[in-house]
Amino acid sequence: MDEIVTEFLIESYENLDRLDRDFVAIEKNPSAEALGSIFRAIHTIKGTCGFLGLGKLESVTHVGESLLSLLRDGTLQVSPKIIDALLAMVDAVRQMLASIEANGHEGERNDSALIETLRSLQKLDEASAVTVPPSTAPLPSPAIFRESAAKAQRISPAANTKNETPRAPEPAAPLVPPEGPKFGEMLINQRQIALEEIDHALEQQAKGDPRRIGEILVQQGAINPTEVLETLQSQGESRAAVADSTIRVDVGLLDRLMNLVGELVLSRNQIMQFAATHEDSTFIATTQHLNLVTGELQEGVMKTRMQPIGNVWNRFPRVVRDLAVACGKQVRVEMAGAETELDRTIIEAIKDPMTHLVRNSVDHGIESPQDRIAAGKPAEGRLYLRAYHEGGQVNIEISDDGGGINPEKIRAKALQKGIITAEQAGRMSEREMVNLIFLPGFTTAAMVTTLSGRGVGMDVVKTNIEKIGGNVDVQSRLGVGTSLKVKIPLTLAIIPALMVIMGKQRYAIPQVSLLELVRLDGELARKGVEMIHGAPVYRLRGRLLPLVYLSREFKLPARQLVEDGNINIVVLQADGRQFGLVVDGISDSKDIVVKPLGKHLKGLPVFSGATIMGDGRVALILDVIGISQSANVVADGRERGMAEAAAPSQDLHSERQALLLCQCGHDRIAVPLAVVARLEQFVSADIERSGGREVVQYRGEIMPLVRLASDESAGGEENETESLQVVVYRDRGRSVGLVVDQIMDIVEELVTVKSDYQRGNFMGTAVVQGRVTDILDVRAAIESVDPNYLAHAEAA
Amino acid sequence: MKDVKQLATFYLDGQLFGVEVSQVQEVIRYQEMTPVPQAPAVVAGLINLRGQIVTALDLRRRLKLPERAADRLPMNVVVRTDDEAVSLLVDEIGDVLEVAQDAFERPPETLIGEARELIRGAYKLENRLLLVLDTNKVIGLS
Repeated sequence: MDEIVTEFLIESYENLDRLDRDFVAIEKNPSAEALGSIFRAIHTIKGTCGFLGLGKLESVTHVGESLLSLLRDGTLQVSPKIIDALLAMVDAVRQMLASIEANGHEGERNDSALIETLRSLQKLDEASAVTVPPSTAPLPSPAIFRESAAKAQRISPAANTKNETPRAPEPAAPLVPPEGPKFGEMLINQRQIALEEIDHALEQQAKGDPRRIGEILVQQGAINPTEVLETLQSQGESRAAVADSTIRVDVGLLDRLMNLVGELVLSRNQIMQFAATHEDSTFIATTQHLNLVTGELQEGVMKTRMQPIGNVWNRFPRVVRDLAVACGKQVRVEMAGAETELDRTIIEAIKDPMTHLVRNSVDHGIESPQDRIAAGKPAEGRLYLRAYHEGGQVNIEISDDGGGINPEKIRAKALQKGIITAEQAGRMSEREMVNLIFLPGFTTAAMVTTLSGRGVGMDVVKTNIEKIGGNVDVQSRLGVGTSLKVKIPLTLAIIPALMVIMGKQRYAIPQVSLLELVRLDGELARKGVEMIHGAPVYRLRGRLLPLVYLSREFKLPARQLVEDGNINIVVLQADGRQFGLVVDGISDSKDIVVKPLGKHLKGLPVFSGATIMGDGRVALILDVIGISQSANVVADGRERGMAEAAAPSQDLHSERQALLLCQCGHDRIAVPLAVVARLEQFVSADIERSGGREVVQYRGEIMPLVRLASDESAGGEENETESLQVVVYRDRGRSVGLVVDQIMDIVEELVTVKSDYQRGNFMGTAVVQGRVTDILDVRAAIESVDPNYLAHAEAA
Repeated sequence: MKDVKQLATFYLDGQLFGVEVSQVQEVIRYQEMTPVPQAPAVVAGLINLRGQIVTALDLRRRLKLPERAADRLPMNVVVRTDDEAVSLLVDEIGDVLEVAQDAFERPPETLIGEARELIRGAYKLENRLLLVLDTNKVIGLS
């Protein structure tokens, strides 16, 4: 396609995306700024398509522009009817653009009805026109080229409105893009032409002369063509100066760059591995430098692929408006954190699930105005979208102040559909019941409307979000509202993964699905695995964990367990179900670059991709959901429902807590597992000092260490090779290492914390596994070493 | 000038095969492969081709020829299709041959089964036959 046309399309799409939001905004509050912005967008499209000879597009945008100019001047008041017509115009423009993109022309279409509507709305103004007080100075006329050069030169539009329209609630924004001087203005300034001549030409344009100012002037002999060209050029230059700080880059190029960085990361890993066996200090120093630079480059390139989530949200006000109008509801959309950035592949992937959730909130969540008033709420419902970063993930919340989900209704429906049994229903908490809406075949709508529930249920939303390594949770209070929380990773291209060994091969397991590792030695290995009629299970903290043998799934010869003497279980989570994957060995964890599999292997559900290891060999990435399905851990919806119901409540407000037990000197301490990012081991030689604190280099950053042991047992006598057990705590992208003497176990118990003994870094004491244990307050422990560290992390 | 084609040739179970040179990206010696559990039998594994992960297909299996002796390492003929590169495992690499179009003949009716779909025909060389494969069909899984 012609380069100019392509650019026109890109620019127009961008403008249109902004428009939807602006339109909905002006319906609520017709600010001059939003009107000006809409006007400019349509004007730009009209101008360019005239130039490109796109007649149909031009005629539609032309009437739209005229209507908009009346709105902007305040001659006409914004009404829902007008907004409807303008939105219809935007849709028509979008269709034509799509057709131009696909076929190179605007398509066979007849927009005369739309044009007529837009035109009649302009005429309507005589009847319903607002009387403009004589004191109000006329705003500058609409089109950039029609704007009187004289006025523009003598008084700036902004000053004009400020001084002479005290009635206006907010001063009108400058109506032309502030970045460029106007063509006529420039000609006058250069003394090439008299003011009258420009005014004359502008008048002619206003009468419908399609020619541009320059053309009219040249034909009248007022100016010669070279001067016009020169002026246009310098006009372009002064505009370009503003645009210099950003450039458009083809997404394909960014993807290629990302791939190359992936290669570089792999080569770096190989060199690092190689360097570890060498003693040449120059080589090691160079390698470390390469490591740093690669890390920064990776981060930088990832950033270029980041897009604000607002790009997806932009269309929501429009979606909500249309839906609300169709259901006779009033809904206000509020957003926070629209600037939160995500990798573009993820932005693409969450578009549809997010739209579905928003539709659902309006359709099923928010009540009709009558019901709301009867319930003592404002007639207008509120839909609140919030996004923020947390622990290397992005959280997105979609909340409404609607009727909430009635757990009783859900229960009745689940019973009726046979998803759960009456006995299970009796045992379920409200929260668990509400989460039943994510099961396949469940539709909460009492009445399926045309707008939501288009065959896509919440189960599909859940599956799609889980596909990209995220999860979704719903919380609801009857009569108060519903909140959906979606957690998704920042990027898909490079992910942290655990490498496991199976037979002669290594496989990567994405860290997001990993819960914990269990190793059974000696006696336990022989007796730990029990059978339920042939199905192996392991008792993990009193709960039966189904086991899946990877060797069996992959049809590899089974290893002689007794001989080797141990069993490695990787505890994974898929679709809300936990299972243990039995592998031959656990290697290490590292960041891997995800590469797609060729089309011959696309159909395999157990692999999600492949990666290249430090030694150059290829390792397959396990698809945890795929494996759980192929091993029947997650069967159909019915069983899932039962399984979920049977699992003990993971509810936050229940007092069951997972704790990491450690030994520190003579003390037993427990760290809430929820705040533990990783467990690491360092040798004393790794410890360096910075600003009087102990630090280690960890994953390309400098991590401060906090010693939890009491003073007398810490420091001093340890030698260079002694290993340190470190519990890594991570908050907002910064890590802190808590040094303990020994990591003992992970337990999940009902814990009653007695805070009478609260002291320093501990929030209290509890009896865990029958022994007195101090419960660590992680933040207090970190603050005791560096009071500013967390504050910095928050500021960052 | 007569219609001439360039074919990259290789051996499989003693027979001479060829694919169009324009479709061959490169020929490389044996590479270590990562086997793919649960994959179709024709997929021999994955190789790392300068950072790109390429699926290797065992041409003997594809053409239903007897298995290669365990001590013989195959060579890779990497062919490029529209969307990806695929490696074809062969016994040995032959020369690039120029063949005249008038030496071509369609396979006889007696050639039956899947091989008929994959073998476009034969070029009658002086002392032997060169069987031409339809690369797209060989790569495409039926």
